[in-house]
Amino acid sequence: MDLLKNLELGFSTATTPANLGFCLIGVLLGTLIGVLPGIGATATIAMLLPITFQIGDPVSSLIMLAGIYYGAQYGGSTTAILINMPGESSSAVTAIDGYQMAKNGRAGAALAIAAIGSFFAGTVSTFLVAVFAPPLTAIALQFGAAEYFSLMIVGLVSSIALAHGSIVKALAMVVLGLLLGIVGTDIYTGTPRFTLGIREYADGLNFVAVAVGVFGVAEILRNLENEHERSVLIKKVFGLMPTRDDFKAMAAPIVRGTIIGSALGILPGGGAVLAAFASYTVEKRVSKHPEEFGKGAIAGVAGPESANNAGAQTSFIPMLTLGIPANPVMALMIGAMIIQGIVPGPNVAIEQPALFWGIIASMWIGNLMLIVLNLPLIGLWVKLLTIPYYVLFPIIMAFCSIGVYSVNTNAFDLHAVAFFGLLGYVLTKLRCEPAPLLLGFVLGPLLEENLRRAMILSRGDPSTFVTRPISAGLLLVALAVLVVVFLPSVKKKREEVFVEEN
Amino acid sequence: MKPFAIDRTNGLCAALFIFFGAFFAIQSLGLEIGTAFRMGPGYFPLVLAIVLIVLGAIILVQAVRVEGEPIGPIAWRGMLFILPAPIFFGLTVRGLGFVPSIFLTALIASFASARMKPLTALVLSAGLTLFSVLVFSYALGLPFQRFGPWLPL
Repeated sequence: MDLLKNLELGFSTATTPANLGFCLIGVLLGTLIGVLPGIGATATIAMLLPITFQIGDPVSSLIMLAGIYYGAQYGGSTTAILINMPGESSSAVTAIDGYQMAKNGRAGAALAIAAIGSFFAGTVSTFLVAVFAPPLTAIALQFGAAEYFSLMIVGLVSSIALAHGSIVKALAMVVLGLLLGIVGTDIYTGTPRFTLGIREYADGLNFVAVAVGVFGVAEILRNLENEHERSVLIKKVFGLMPTRDDFKAMAAPIVRGTIIGSALGILPGGGAVLAAFASYTVEKRVSKHPEEFGKGAIAGVAGPESANNAGAQTSFIPMLTLGIPANPVMALMIGAMIIQGIVPGPNVAIEQPALFWGIIASMWIGNLMLIVLNLPLIGLWVKLLTIPYYVLFPIIMAFCSIGVYSVNTNAFDLHAVAFFGLLGYVLTKLRCEPAPLLLGFVLGPLLEENLRRAMILSRGDPSTFVTRPISAGLLLVALAVLVVVFLPSVKKKREEVFVEEN
Repeated sequence: MKPFAIDRTNGLCAALFIFFGAFFAIQSLGLEIGTAFRMGPGYFPLVLAIVLIVLGAIILVQAVRVEGEPIGPIAWRGMLFILPAPIFFGLTVRGLGFVPSIFLTALIASFASARMKPLTALVLSAGLTLFSVLVFSYALGLPFQRFGPWLPL
C-alpha cells in the first residue's frame, strides 16, 4: 500500500521531537493570537509568519505554520462563542448559536462541541487529503505552461466569486495584486520594473511585508476606529463535558458538516466560509426543531464548526498538488514555501516527499493537540479576552516590525509594511476585500512567466490556450464561474448570504 | 437637470484604481513592450494596467447618481501613530540598536489609542522590550546589535 507507506513517512517526519515541538508552539501561538477579538485566522498567520522563518528547516517551519493555522481557527471559534465577535467570516456562523448557548450558561459545552466537531472533521479530511493528493499530483505533472496559466485564472476567478460585495471591485483587486506582484526584476531581461529606482525592491516587494500590512496593520487600524468596551460574558467556563443528550444531538450534524466541508473546501477561492454557511442551512432544514436555531441549537454549532475545519483542511489539496492557493491562508503558505526555496506545485510531492507527507500528518497531530490542550487551557484563553485592546496592539506592532525586518534585514520592507497597511486600510474602507489582492500578488509572477512561456512555445499564437484540452477545460470552468456570479439570481442570493453573515 | 450625485465610497475607490492603473501603464510604456510572441518586460503589466483602468472606469460609472452609504469613522489617530512605528523601527534598528529601537517603536504605537495612559505605555513598552530581547536576541539569536553606534556607550 503506497498510501500507508506515505503516511508512515509523514508520521515519522511529523513526530520527531523537534517537529512535534514546533507543531505545539504553532498551535499554541495560533490559538493565543487567534483568540484575540477582531483578529481572524488570516491576520494571525500574517503576523506570526515571520517567526516561522527563524527555523532553518523548511519542513519544521511549514509544520509550525500549519499548526498556527489550526490554532488560529480554533481561537477564532472560542472568541465567537464567548463574546460574539468573530474574527473571520467562517466563524461568524458559529457565533450565531454558540453565543446563545454561552448566554444560556452552556459555554463549556459549546466550546467542547466545537472542539470535538473540529477534531472529527480534521481526522476525516486529513485522510481525504492523503488519498486524493497523489492522483491529482499525477495529473498536474502533465501540465504545461498553458495549463498552468489557465489553472491560475480559475483560482483567481473563484476568489472573486467568494469575495464580499461588488464583483467588479474584487476583479480590480486581483488585477492590482497581480501588478504589485510583478514589481521587481524581469526574469527574462533583468530589467527592473516599477521599483521607483529603489534598489532594495529589485527582488520584488516582500511578501511578508505585504501580508502583514494588508491583513495585520489594516486590521489594527480598523479596530482602532471606535474603541468600545467589550463585555466578556463568561468569567469562568464550567461544564465542559457535553452530556449524553449533547452527544446524540451533535453526532449527525458533525458527520454532515464534515462531508459538506470536505467537498466545498477543495474549491479554489475560499470554500471554508461557504462550507460553514451551507452546513448551517442544511442543519436548519433537516432539524426537527428549526425554531431552536439562533437560540442556541447544538446542531448550529456542531455542523458549521465541522464543515469549517474540514474545508480548511481539504483546501490544502489544491495548494499541495497544484501550488494554487484556495484561500488567502493558502496564499500565505505558498509565499512561505517560496521564501524557503521550495517551488510550490506537483513536484513538491515527488522531490520532497518528507515535506509533503509530513505536513499532511502534522495536520492530524495539530488537531489532536488542539483538543487535548485547549479544553484544559480554556480558562487561560478566557483570561486573554479580558486584556484591553490598547495593550495588545503595541505588542503586535512591535512583533510585526521585528518579524518583517528579520526576514531580509531590510529596512525598506518595513516601509512597505506601513504603505500596505495604509493601502489595505483605505481599500477596506472603500469596501474592497483584501483577499483577492493577496492571491493576485502571489500568483502575479507565476502567471506572467507561464503566459510568456506558453506564448513562446506556441510561437505567438494565443489559440494555444483553447486548443490544448486541459487548458481549454480549465478556461471553460473559469468562464462558467464568472458567468454564474454575474447571473442576476445568483447575484441576489450571494448578496443575501453576505448580508446574513454581517 | 438632476443634481449631480455620486457614491463617495465607490467614487474614491474608482479614482484609486484608475490612479494605480495609470501609474503602472505609464511606467510600462518606459519598458520594452515586445510582441505577443516574445513579450518584453512591459507587455503583461501594460495589459493589466489597462484592464485596471477600465475596471476603475466601470466602478466610476456605477457610482454616479447613486446615494451611497457613508464611509464611517476613520482611525486618524491610529494611522498617525501605527503607521510610523514600523518605519521608525527600520530607520533606527541599526543606528540605535535593537533595545532602544524596539522600546521606542512600542511607545509610538501605544499612543494610537486614546485610552492609553502615558505611564501604562511606558511600563508596557519596557516589559515588551525585555521580553523581545530575551526571546528574539538571546533565545532565537537574531543578529541584532543590542545597542547601536549612535549611542555613546
